[in-house]
Amino acid sequence: MGITSKPVVFALLATVVILIGTTVTVFIPLFMPSTQPVSAYIQPYTAVEQEGRDIYMREGCNNCHTQTVRPLRTEVMRYGEYSKPEEFAYDRPFLWGSRRTGPDLNRVGGKYPDSWHYTHFRSPQAMFEKSNMPPYAWLANNRLDTANSFKKTSVLGYGYSENEVQQQIDQYRSTVTNDNYPSKVSRDKATPPELQKELTEMDALVAYIQKLGRDVKNMEANK
Amino acid sequence: MNEAVVYNYKTVRGFAWSAVFWLVIGLLVGLWIAFEMFNPALNITPWLSFGRLRVVHTNGLGLGFALAGVFSASYYMLQRLTRSPLAFPRLAQAHLYFFNAIIALGALSLFAGMNTTKEYAELEWPIDIGVVIFWVMFAVNVFGTLIKRREKQMYISLWYIIAMTVAIAILYIVNNLEIPVTLFKSYTVYSGANDANVEWWYGHNIVGFVFTVPILAMFYYFLPKATGLPIYSHRLSIVSFWALNFAYLWTGAHHLMLTPLPEWIQTVAMAFSIFMIAPSWGSVVNGYYTLQGNWDQMRSNYLVKFFIAGITFYGLQTLQGPLQGLRTINAFFHYTDWVVGHVHMGTMGWVTMIVSASFYYMIPNITNTVIYSIKLANIQFWLMMVGQVIWTSAMWIAGIQQGAMWKATNPDGSLMYNFLDTVASLYPYYQLRFAAGLIFFIGILIFVWNLVMTVRQEPRQAEA
Repeated sequence: MGITSKPVVFALLATVVILIGTTVTVFIPLFMPSTQPVSAYIQPYTAVEQEGRDIYMREGCNNCHTQTVRPLRTEVMRYGEYSKPEEFAYDRPFLWGSRRTGPDLNRVGGKYPDSWHYTHFRSPQAMFEKSNMPPYAWLANNRLDTANSFKKTSVLGYGYSENEVQQQIDQYRSTVTNDNYPSKVSRDKATPPELQKELTEMDALVAYIQKLGRDVKNMEANK
Repeated sequence: MNEAVVYNYKTVRGFAWSAVFWLVIGLLVGLWIAFEMFNPALNITPWLSFGRLRVVHTNGLGLGFALAGVFSASYYMLQRLTRSPLAFPRLAQAHLYFFNAIIALGALSLFAGMNTTKEYAELEWPIDIGVVIFWVMFAVNVFGTLIKRREKQMYISLWYIIAMTVAIAILYIVNNLEIPVTLFKSYTVYSGANDANVEWWYGHNIVGFVFTVPILAMFYYFLPKATGLPIYSHRLSIVSFWALNFAYLWTGAHHLMLTPLPEWIQTVAMAFSIFMIAPSWGSVVNGYYTLQGNWDQMRSNYLVKFFIAGITFYGLQTLQGPLQGLRTINAFFHYTDWVVGHVHMGTMGWVTMIVSASFYYMIPNITNTVIYSIKLANIQFWLMMVGQVIWTSAMWIAGIQQGAMWKATNPDGSLMYNFLDTVASLYPYYQLRFAAGLIFFIGILIFVWNLVMTVRQEPRQAEA
């Protein structure tokens, strides 16, 4: 047969065959409005939340937690309103995950107070004896590195100025280090004394977790 | 016949040992994380926590073991099937060193948490560039050797090697387009639903073009070689090849059933997934019929059972996959351990079976020895077989159980189980899975020992 004696033609033909399905199901949808809807109620992450998201990625939390609630009855009962495409407009990358060793987190924001998360991250087993989640106490031993925060938000196109980024960081620091912070006791217990007046990686991760699904919940509340 | 062809086996051997090395490392990490699943105390340091180690396991075995095995066998088949030495032997040797350096750096970077989180594409951008470079080094030798070949017709295995070479280049580059922030951190250019769609087009097909396509190349070459029997149908292999390459790329979105991805993309993926049964089983049938009238070789030829068990698990894999891609079935099984069982039937039952059988044929052949111990190879086969079947069965049962518990409701309509109940109920299966993994691992250690002892023998006298 002709083609099996012409390697270059064979390779070109294979490339064309491979690109047909790719073009229809991947390349064309890239430019369709249905894959990239935007809505005014969805806000980008603050610089601190984005740092928290990067820690979530660094620790591979997506290996055990999904972030997409499917439109199934028991799933909506367990987690809340099912996920909509516009919620993920600012997610680079998406973090939908593929395995629920732990529960879905797409609606976890606001479900528990910050104190719950500080206690839980420090030792999941102290809270739930049978949990198999790794403890993340050491995140509170790391001061949050914000050296690249502005660069990150500009690469992601969030549109913050350098000043705004610094304000967001300062503001969140003053929130969690304030004596009136409602979760102060749990935070102080999780955080070593020398870092209690600083932002730690655990603070940023808690900020990110509390952002998940928050915009959707606000929208629902305002209906 | 021109007897003067001197084949380059140095690189073939180098990649074979690299594959064996990354296989042992990847399985050790796998055993460690399997233990963490029921004993979280093993998350001793950040570097040993499950979230970081799981990606070391998948990348170490997918990119380290499987790719090294594929490179080894490809360089071997390429030379034998073209009756020509490698076009650029020094480039191939550089490819070997560079590949191992990149895989080692990649593993370290994942340990350190440099993780883009896109599954099977977790490596950060400098490592991605390294992967692209070693892929180009490989492709240059593939096409260089094919162009200089002395055998006019390209055999089936070469088609699969060509398809893999172009497909992985496209998949890897498109999915890893990212904007660097620092040397160790980047963000993908895609967002939200589009990023998910690109990622699972990649994720599904990287499995296809690393764990299926080149493994089929090995199957089509080494089964006839090991048995002395020609492939049953050349026509069937042509149809299977083109249908597989056409349909594979449409199916990625079956990983995204019931997510916010547009529904039509999910449905198209579902339809093509069902279609995929045909080309997959084309190869299965071709394999079975090759042995027509010679099934006694299952007893008399120790290698045949590796190939037949391997193609059988491939056949089961390609039935299970499309079925669990159906939306309603997927609603039950997705996100459970069922899918983990599915993946491991393919990797433990098909990929590792075929790669080890191919090495058993190839290594004695290029070192001019005979296999050290057929008995050990038989023991290895049964340990791998038993380990894999217990492993995957445990995960399927765990998946059914957790899926049912997530869905269970009380008579008043409320949920019957909280999430933690469903996790805690899986620990017995996780313990069984660890034990099964250990059985499989012992089989692999025997494989390594058998290969080492084979090459340590005195080469046979050259035949007159």
